[in-house]
Amino acid sequence: MSVARTPIPIVPARASARGKSAAFEYLTTKKDELCGWGRKFSLFPYPFVTACCAMEFMSVSSTPYDTDRFGAALPRFSPRQSDLLMVVGTVTHKQAPVLLKVYEQMCEPKWVMAFGVCASSGGFYQNYAALAGIDRIIPVDVYIPGCPPRPETVIDGIMQLQDKIARQKHPIITKDF
Amino acid sequence: MNAAIFDTVRAQLASVAPDATVSHGTLVLPIEPHALIHVVETLKGPCRFDMLLDVTAIDWPTRDPRFDVIWHFYSTAHKVRVRVRTQVTEVDATVRSLTPYYGSAAYAERECHEMYGIRFEGNADLRPILLYEGFVGHPLRKDYPKLAEQPLVPYREGFDPGDRTAG
Amino acid sequence: MDMNLPNPIRPAFTTPLRDDTVIVNIGPSHPATHGTIQIVAELDGEKILRTDVHCGYLHRGFEKECEDHTWHNLIPYVDRLNYCSALINDFAYCDAVERLMGVEITPRAKYLRTLLSEYSRLADHLTCIAASLMELGAMTAFLYLVMIRDYVYEHIADLTGARVTYTYGRIGGLARDLPDGWLKRLEEILVQYEEFIGRVHGLMDRNRIFIDRTRDVGVLTTAEAIHYGFTGPMLRSTGAPRDLRKDTPYLAYAELDFEVPVGIKGDNYDRYYVRMREMDESVHMIRQCVDLLHTKGQGPINADDRRCTLPPKDLVYTEIESLINHFKLIMDGPVVPAGEIYVAHEGANGELGFFLVSDGSGTPYKVHVRSPSFVHMGGAHRLLDGYQLADLIPTFGSINMIGGECDR
Repeated sequence: MSVARTPIPIVPARASARGKSAAFEYLTTKKDELCGWGRKFSLFPYPFVTACCAMEFMSVSSTPYDTDRFGAALPRFSPRQSDLLMVVGTVTHKQAPVLLKVYEQMCEPKWVMAFGVCASSGGFYQNYAALAGIDRIIPVDVYIPGCPPRPETVIDGIMQLQDKIARQKHPIITKDF
Repeated sequence: MNAAIFDTVRAQLASVAPDATVSHGTLVLPIEPHALIHVVETLKGPCRFDMLLDVTAIDWPTRDPRFDVIWHFYSTAHKVRVRVRTQVTEVDATVRSLTPYYGSAAYAERECHEMYGIRFEGNADLRPILLYEGFVGHPLRKDYPKLAEQPLVPYREGFDPGDRTAG
Repeated sequence: MDMNLPNPIRPAFTTPLRDDTVIVNIGPSHPATHGTIQIVAELDGEKILRTDVHCGYLHRGFEKECEDHTWHNLIPYVDRLNYCSALINDFAYCDAVERLMGVEITPRAKYLRTLLSEYSRLADHLTCIAASLMELGAMTAFLYLVMIRDYVYEHIADLTGARVTYTYGRIGGLARDLPDGWLKRLEEILVQYEEFIGRVHGLMDRNRIFIDRTRDVGVLTTAEAIHYGFTGPMLRSTGAPRDLRKDTPYLAYAELDFEVPVGIKGDNYDRYYVRMREMDESVHMIRQCVDLLHTKGQGPINADDRRCTLPPKDLVYTEIESLINHFKLIMDGPVVPAGEIYVAHEGANGELGFFLVSDGSGTPYKVHVRSPSFVHMGGAHRLLDGYQLADLIPTFGSINMIGGECDR
C-alpha cells in the first residue's frame, strides 16, 4: 500500500558565501523567553506518589512513552532539588500536612501538576477521608484528568505545562535581590 | 469434606455456641462476649485454626445490642474457615483482645476500634491506624455523615467548601 | 516561614533506648515506601533496632462509599483496592455477591475470569519485581519488565477499555465478550514475556550484588508468618505450600494443572524467586484457559438471570417488563437477599477476602475487605528489626504493599 512519490532531490549544503564563521554567533531574544526555554526542558519532577496513578506514572516514565524526551526524566526525591511537584494519586486528609510541607520546602520557581482526577478534584472519593482536590491546599498549574490518565494524556499535560512555563515571566533579578 | 472438622468444632463448643450453623461454606458460631477466650483457645489449640484472618464489626443502630463483632479464623491444616460473632451494646462496647494469641490481631483491632468504637481489653495500643490523630468520631457508624470532613490543613482562600454535609 | 503543621500520627516511641541511638522518620512521601507508608525507626548507626510502621495515608473511605452505592455501582471502587491486579478484586467481589444471591455464572465467564485473574496476577508480579529491582539499582530489568507490563495493559485495554482499573466484572458475568484477534495477541505477548523474563533471570538470579542484598535479609519462618496472618507469596516463600487456588479451588482452578512454588528460607531472594516462578505458572494457566475456552467455554458471557443481568437492549426498548427490569437494576441495584458471606480469592498478595452484609436491598449494608497488604504491614516489623537501614529497601519492595489495598 505505497503511494508513488517523486523522490525529493538531495542537495548538499552549501557553505555560506561569507565563510564558516557566519553561523549563529548572536542571539536576540527576551530574557524571559530564554529562561522559559531552559526551564521548560529541564524539569526535575518530585513524584509525590500515593495511589493507582503511580502505575501510569511508571508507564509514562519508561518506554515507549518516556518523559525523558521532555527533559523531565530524572526524578529528584528531595523537594529541595526539584521544581515540578507531581501529585500522583489521591491525597487524603492524613496526607495533606505532608503534601503542604513538601510543597513549602521546594524553592522557586516551582510548578505543581495534579496527576489524575483524585488530585484534581477528589475523583469519586467524596467522603470524610479524601481531600477533594489538592488545589484546596496548594496552587496547581496543570490538571491532568483521568482515572488513571493514559500516558498520552500525561504527556499532553506536560506539554501544556511547558507552554505555560515558556509564556511565564521569569524574574531573576527582583527587588529582593 | 468440611463436615468432619465442622462437627468436631461444634461438638467441642456446643456449650457456648449452641446455635452454630454452616452458612455458605463457613461455620458460624454465635457466642456471648464472655465466652470469647474459651472459644479462641479451643479453636487455636485442638482444632488447629492457626490463622486469625480479620476482626470487624457491624453497626445496627436501631437494634439493642447495637454492634456485632465478627472474627474470621482459618485453618491451614484443614483449609476451612470459621466465623465467630458476638453482640455488644453501645454503652459497653468491650470485648477481649486476641493479641496474646494471634499477631494479626493487633492491627485488625486497631482498625475496628477507630472505625466503630469497639474497645479491645488487653490491647495496649489502640492508636488510630487508618485515621489520624485528632479525628473525632467513628466513621463507619451509621450515624457518622459520609461527608463530614475534619481537615488537618486549613484550606486556601476561596477554596473552602464549607460544611459539605449540609444539603 | 513558620510551618506549624499538625502531626497526623503518634509514634509508639519518642525517646531513644540509649544515648547513642537516633530515631528517624522514613516516609510517607518516600520513593521506597511506595508512597504511603511511614516508618519511625530507631537506629544504632545503620542497624535498625525497632520500627513502628504507620499506614493509613491512603485511607479513602472505601467501606463508607460502598454503603452509598448499589451492588453494581461500587465495582469501580473495588477495582482500586489492589490497583496493580484490578481484575482479581473485581472477580472476587462479584463472586461473593453471586454466592450470596445464588447466581451461577456461565462456563465461558468462568474460564475467562480465570484467564484474566492470572493475567492480572502477571501484571501485579511484574510491577512488584520491576519496582523492587529498580530500587536496588537494576534499571535495565525494570525497563524490560515494565515494557511487558505495558503490552499487557494495552492488550487489556483492547478488551475492557482501560489500562489500569477496568470495572470489567459484572454480577452474573462480565461486561463484554472478547474482541476478534484478542487471543492471538495474547499468545504473542506471552511469547515475548518468556523472552524478556529469560533476560531478567540472566541479569538477576546469579548476580553477586543482588544475592548479597537479598539473601538472608528479611527472613521469616513459617510459624511466624502464620502467626501474623501472612498469606500469598510471603507465606509461600517460607516453605508452606498454601495457595487458595489449590486448597479451596474456586472459578476454574480445579480443572487447571499448575504447581505452587515455595521458597526455602523466607528471605527477600525467595520472595523474588517465588514471584518469578508464579508468573511462569500463571502463563501456563493462561494457555490452558485459552484451550478450555475453545473446547468448553462457548456460549454467553452473562448468566441468564434477571435478578442481576441487564436484559438485552432490543427487549428493553420494546417490552415493558424488560424496561422496568432494567430501570430497577440500575436505580435500585440488584436485590441481594439478607445475610452475610465471606469469600476469599487468592490475590497477588495473598488471601483477598470480601465480607458482605446485606439487608435485603439493592445497596450493601456493609462491604468489608480483608486485605493481605494491611495484614502484612502488621507483621512488617518482624522483617525490618535487626537488619540494616539499606535492607529496608529490598524488604519493603518484596512485601509488595499496595496502598489502595492496605488502607482501603
